[in-house]
Amino acid sequence: MTDRRNLFNKVWDLHTVRTLGSGQTQLFIGLHLIHEVTSPQAFSILRDRNLTVLFPERTLATVDHIVPTDIQLRPFADELAEQMMSAVEKNCRDFGVRLFDLKDSRQGVVHIVGPEQGLTQPGMTIACGDSHTSTHGAFGSIAFGIGTSQVADVLATQTLALSRPKVKRIEVTGKLRPGVFAKDVILHIIRKLGVQGGVGYAYEYAGEVFDRMSMEERMTVCNMSIEGGARCGYINPDQTTVDYVKGRPFAPQGADFDRAAAWWLSLASSPDAEFDDKITFNGSEIEPTVTWGINPAQSVGVKERLPALASFSNDDQKGISDAFAYMDLKEQQPIEGLKINVAFIGSCTNGRISDLREAAAIARGRKVAAGVKALVVPGSKLVSEQAVSEGLDKVFEAAGFEWRAAGCSMCLAMNPDKLKGREVCASSSNRNFKGRQGSPTGRTLLMSPAMVAAAAINGCVSDVRSML
Amino acid sequence: MKLITEVTGSGLPLLLDDIDTDRIIPARFLRCVTFDGLGEHAFEDDRQQDHTHPFDDPHYQGASVLIAGRNFGCGSSREHAPQALMRWGIEAIIGESFAEIFFGNCTTLGVPCVCASRSDLEKLAALAKAESEMPVTVDLANHQVRAGHLTVPVTILDSARAALTTGKWDFLGQLLEGAVAVRETAATLPYMTGFKA
Ligand code: SF4
Repeated sequence: MTDRRNLFNKVWDLHTVRTLGSGQTQLFIGLHLIHEVTSPQAFSILRDRNLTVLFPERTLATVDHIVPTDIQLRPFADELAEQMMSAVEKNCRDFGVRLFDLKDSRQGVVHIVGPEQGLTQPGMTIACGDSHTSTHGAFGSIAFGIGTSQVADVLATQTLALSRPKVKRIEVTGKLRPGVFAKDVILHIIRKLGVQGGVGYAYEYAGEVFDRMSMEERMTVCNMSIEGGARCGYINPDQTTVDYVKGRPFAPQGADFDRAAAWWLSLASSPDAEFDDKITFNGSEIEPTVTWGINPAQSVGVKERLPALASFSNDDQKGISDAFAYMDLKEQQPIEGLKINVAFIGSCTNGRISDLREAAAIARGRKVAAGVKALVVPGSKLVSEQAVSEGLDKVFEAAGFEWRAAGCSMCLAMNPDKLKGREVCASSSNRNFKGRQGSPTGRTLLMSPAMVAAAAINGCVSDVRSML
Repeated sequence: MKLITEVTGSGLPLLLDDIDTDRIIPARFLRCVTFDGLGEHAFEDDRQQDHTHPFDDPHYQGASVLIAGRNFGCGSSREHAPQALMRWGIEAIIGESFAEIFFGNCTTLGVPCVCASRSDLEKLAALAKAESEMPVTVDLANHQVRAGHLTVPVTILDSARAALTTGKWDFLGQLLEGAVAVRETAATLPYMTGFKA
């Protein structure tokens, strides 16, 4: 008989250590990623309780959130950032954890570095004190964000106490049209299922559209699972996955790799696998999508108008009015043509080489509109190096974009890259929450990197399809 | 650890939906190596833009039971968010629903998050507004919240309820007890031995 468990349940079962008194599972964690923001208090817990790191070789640390992307001289101008940087350096030294610090040629945003190094592999359980850990699900792993107390749990025991979620299969059939990217697919899914549609679920993304995607595109999709409320999202491993991992520094080599690949592929959900819920979308209906509000489900196709207030339930209208007021937008106004002040290309959602290539294709031979500040921030040093070798930095600079060093940058407000006042930012990142980009009144419009480049060139939200 | 079967304190109504953790504690306050001092910055940016924010309202200064809306605590996994609320004085949260990572973080800190219906939340919020001193009791043993003449049913994930009411919300202690089994499981995973034949 075939195994009708989906990938999630197979991997969960393999990593189950035991059932705890509360009914939760003690789950083994195969890869633990840490960064400077959510780890210092976890190491304090270890020190207070006199504990060590159980499997130090299963944890990798990098620095990304607080890293300045212009002047990186130490000590940092920001004293608090400097303190955090020293803390992560000391903690990794004291507890024997490998750290890709600022001097390391492999440093970058944690969710870009793991896959790039071949640390992220199918069939693993992966945890990190960061909600976008869902990114790693692109490989067919169970990957999810945790809080700082749980970071301490993983450091000390390599396990977590968790309740098994349900699994919802999201199938996207057909073919994407030109100018529609992975980012549009996930924004579309979140728009349709809502920001809490995934609470209590892991999302399995399946169907032709994902089958055809590159690993980088799959990472963009899985990255934003959490924005739809799903702590974890994944895509079954296939030949694309195997080819991506092959030859990376931390991947198995030679005959070990062949054994690994066979195991990885065996974990994929079979065609008759069981799910708790299923839904299907038609990929050819997805438009380049732009958020207009203050959560990632508040979006429209670039040719659409903002929704009418009356189209929402009574319970929802208060929140929608609040979003319109904060964004200074009106119901039923078009999104195309909306003026922007800042354009940001980067983040763990869209800071990989393919993202920079797509944006550069739009920027090439064109100029950023007067008065727009445009930033390109590669997701890692290796992405940066690759882009430079392809001359993309020069393409961006010639167009008037600033070319920066790797880090989280303007995705969140913990480093010097921030919006000012009421600025509107076209952003390839993942969150349009109030104040997310560093100004308490700043406004964010999420879209694909190519759409951000188009907005930067025209000074307003634009349909990238007319610029391809 | 302490058994948490019941939390009583005055209510603080904040009946808004999709409150993300960036709003609960803006990222600039995450530039710290301890959680101390986060309490005073809870909802900092919302409060600066709205001086009538309930966290600034003198009536609610001693409140410890937060009455929230739907999908409370969505977004970033930052434990700084529940830490800020807890250090501000919040000991329990009643909401329509909670984001998962936030819910887990709260449980680990011994802050129960229970779910009630929208209409019951509106009644509780109205009561807390009318009589800010009125004690609100979140009763995990009986799955209910009581305030004055009101008694409303609430739900909470069984495992979280079990952990809190039996004093087992220090997960680290329990996980450490499984050390032998952990090594056994690790040994069965092919990647732990580098896929060697
Ligand atoms: S790029 Fe943004 S979302 Fe990704 S880890 Fe950094 S701050 Fe978080």
